[in-house]
Amino acid sequence: MDNNLKREIILDNYQDPMNRGLVEDGSYLKENTNNESCIDNIDMMMKIEDNIIKDIVFDGEACAISTSATSIMIRSLIGKGVDEALKIIKNFQNMIEEKDYDKDLLGELIVYEDIAKQPNRKTCALLPSNAVINMISKYLENK
Amino acid sequence: MKKEDFPMLDSEIIYFDNGATTLKPRCVVDKMNDYYTKYTSNIHRGDYEAAVITNNLYDGVRDLVSDFINCNSSKEVVFTSGATNSLNLVVFGFMRKYLKSSDEVLLTKAEHASNVLPWIKLSEEIGFKIKYIPLNEDYELTVDNLKKMITPNTKVVSIAHITNVIGDVRDVDSIGKICHEDNILFCVDGAQSVPHMKVDFKKSNMDFLCFSGHKMLGPTGVGVLVGKYDLLEEMDPICYGGGMNQFFEYDNSYELKKPPIKFEAGTPPIAEVIGLGEAIKYLMNIGMDKIYEHECSLKKYMIDKLSKIPNIIMYNKNSNSGILAFNVSGVFAQDTSVYLNHYHIYVRAGNHCAKMLKDDLKIKNTVRVSLYLYNTKEDVDRLVDVLSDSENIFKVVI
Ligand SMILES: Cc1ncc(COP(=O)(O)O)c(C=O)c1O
Repeated sequence: MDNNLKREIILDNYQDPMNRGLVEDGSYLKENTNNESCIDNIDMMMKIEDNIIKDIVFDGEACAISTSATSIMIRSLIGKGVDEALKIIKNFQNMIEEKDYDKDLLGELIVYEDIAKQPNRKTCALLPSNAVINMISKYLENK
Repeated sequence: MKKEDFPMLDSEIIYFDNGATTLKPRCVVDKMNDYYTKYTSNIHRGDYEAAVITNNLYDGVRDLVSDFINCNSSKEVVFTSGATNSLNLVVFGFMRKYLKSSDEVLLTKAEHASNVLPWIKLSEEIGFKIKYIPLNEDYELTVDNLKKMITPNTKVVSIAHITNVIGDVRDVDSIGKICHEDNILFCVDGAQSVPHMKVDFKKSNMDFLCFSGHKMLGPTGVGVLVGKYDLLEEMDPICYGGGMNQFFEYDNSYELKKPPIKFEAGTPPIAEVIGLGEAIKYLMNIGMDKIYEHECSLKKYMIDKLSKIPNIIMYNKNSNSGILAFNVSGVFAQDTSVYLNHYHIYVRAGNHCAKMLKDDLKIKNTVRVSLYLYNTKEDVDRLVDVLSDSENIFKVVI
């Protein structure tokens, strides 16, 4: 993907992110996520039914990379089964951490391919991943 | 002022994060190196030559500090590991014995975590009340607002002399006088003031003054607590061990040394104390009034220039110090700092450890430029230049 296009997708998702705003609904799981080394701070909520991710929302203050990564991740995961979601996230983490990964699984998340080359932005890109993993684990534990 | 004395400035960086920590002049680093390469030895015992040199240097720094901030004697100067440690010593060494459940302690919402959390923790134990003096529309503390909060139960006022986000200079002379008249202890967090202006412990009627070496050209790992001697005599150490005791016996009897030694258990940060002494000499040589004037006029220059850029929001134009908090509208503070880093301009983004201030500012995070003696108009011009081009921000950070 061309760099300008990547930047445009990131910027669109930063300035007008998907599903910003939390909900008052007890059927959602909730998780806060923040970074030791920077000032991003995001709350995420997720509704899973019959192993399918029905909805994810978020709110908080965070930089362009974290906010857009949260938005794109939300778009990539809604409607997916939890196993597939975990696979996508694992692949995303591998890409950021410069390990082997499967490009085809990533969809739009591929726009963060180059972030891996900027060590101080990795934690920003990874911010939503842990929250999502934690919520899925909670769901699986309580099933 | 003296850029050439600072090795970090040999490269093309512009250092605007002085509220967090400052650069070190070569003389400070050399002085510490001398300790490590020429006369390494422990203190308190002077049987051989190197130890005599070290002892003299170490004790000499107490005299320097005492001159620098004008307390009654060098016996009022306690070396700690930093402002945080000094504040904790005041709270858990002195206030734990002094305060009762019916008492009140006055703070403000603009205080640094290190002047809030120790108080919260101790109040859990004792049950005294912490009250926050309201700030005015510029987020500053006024003497009138302070006066209104004082009740017969007020026992302590603990505030920063200069706050680290807004950078307002509190009127410590008036506040010290009020506290003194009302029998209230006055504890001053001088972390952001002692490095930047003349601070006078006696004139301002302070009871405790806390600051850090690394924010005033000195090394990390060393700080100071200055306390009135009679208060230090009553204060308990929060750390026990060698160097600070007269004797201890198998029947559990013991006696501690007098202040300040009784607060310095174990081997202190010797090289750091010696380095701090050199930093103080360096600052005194230039003159604190000159440093303060330089920073204020540079801040004014910066505000004038930044005001001409339409999308810059400044939060503390009126405060009289070298600290400016701002945002580029529509851009998260951290993205701005990453952008500036691209041009080797070092600033800080965040809540700057004053987490309660977000309620008043209605914004959690800002970009902070904090100036020091080595910053120049050219540094500011470069910042303004780069920020004028802020359309470019996302091209750089993404
Ligand atoms: C106002 C204020 N007080 C206290 C501190 C704590 O200093 P240190 O981290 O050196 O202990 C700081 C440091 O940022 C500060 O700005």
